[in-house]
Amino acid sequence: MSDVTTTPSGEYEAQLGDYFALLKPRVMQLVVFTALVGMLAAPVSVHPVVAFASILFVAVGAGASGALNMWWDADIDAIMRRTASRPIPSGRVQPSEALAIGVALSGLSVMMLGLAANLLAAGMLLFTILFYAVFYSMWLKRVTPQNIVIGGAAGAFPPVIGWIIATGSFSVEAWLMFALIFMWTPPHFWALALFMRNDYDDAKVPMLTVTHGRPSTRRHILAYTVLLVVLAIGTGFTSIGGPIYLTAAVILNALFLLGAYRIWRRDEVDSEADNFMVERKFFKLSLWYLFLHFGAILAEATLRPYGFGGWS
Amino acid sequence: MSIRAEHEIHTRRRGRNLGIGLMLGGFVILVMALTYVKITTIDFNDLKGGAIQTQESN
Repeated sequence: MSDVTTTPSGEYEAQLGDYFALLKPRVMQLVVFTALVGMLAAPVSVHPVVAFASILFVAVGAGASGALNMWWDADIDAIMRRTASRPIPSGRVQPSEALAIGVALSGLSVMMLGLAANLLAAGMLLFTILFYAVFYSMWLKRVTPQNIVIGGAAGAFPPVIGWIIATGSFSVEAWLMFALIFMWTPPHFWALALFMRNDYDDAKVPMLTVTHGRPSTRRHILAYTVLLVVLAIGTGFTSIGGPIYLTAAVILNALFLLGAYRIWRRDEVDSEADNFMVERKFFKLSLWYLFLHFGAILAEATLRPYGFGGWS
Repeated sequence: MSIRAEHEIHTRRRGRNLGIGLMLGGFVILVMALTYVKITTIDFNDLKGGAIQTQESN
């Protein structure tokens, strides 16, 4: 019996799952969750069908920018262990297919979000796709060690888009959610760079660990974490915060700060000795950190109609 | 040769074709649902009134 995934000439033929992997499903999960929280935290209710369609098109837009990123970065993805099994470097999808899917889904998602929600939300989605695919992937990533800092904005826009879907306008609360992800991104990725150390060196991506050294990266993680802690706890006193958020933020930020302090105190000898255990734990905690902060904002918004959420 | 004979490509791409078909079907249903919601929730009298006011003000 012949293998159904190969052509008669023996070449592998891409399956639907391979194309789906182009859209970076794990990043899409984060985008969907933060955009949903942004939309539900807004003081305007959205019809469930409009809400579902809008979040779906934001997710498709995020996936499209992921496909464009994979198309552009196929050369360095092939070098890095973490990304070598992605659809293009592993030969499952052709680069031209990734480009076509990225461009087509970008256009479709922006157009449909404009029709489903409003033109401002569609404009922000287009800006986010261009920011990630062009400004970050094609330029910043290979030029400056600040790539993660500035590029982090691309991942921070979804809650702003969610807010605009509901309200049709910007607001301070939306930008606070943006700032939370924006300030969280550098410590999250620098911790990853510390324990995936050879990857970025081999691919010649100017990560902070490569350009400024590892002790400097540890200092940067601590500095950004301190700023993040102030921002995250301060958000608790705004209209999207409340007792639930503040309690979660105090606990999570204490743990996060402790993790950053431990990373700062260590040197390479300590890290080598336990195979970067502290850095790995900090990275795992960072995932929970963001999820629980937005989960707390969602809890405040959900309970507000029943008189429990928020400060009032 | 039977006219219903299936080409090898149909077997090979069955999963892909089925998936794309389902996605397109879902997209059509979503657009229909969105259209229904937009039509039933927009107050067209407001739109008409707005248009008349604009014409009158000119």
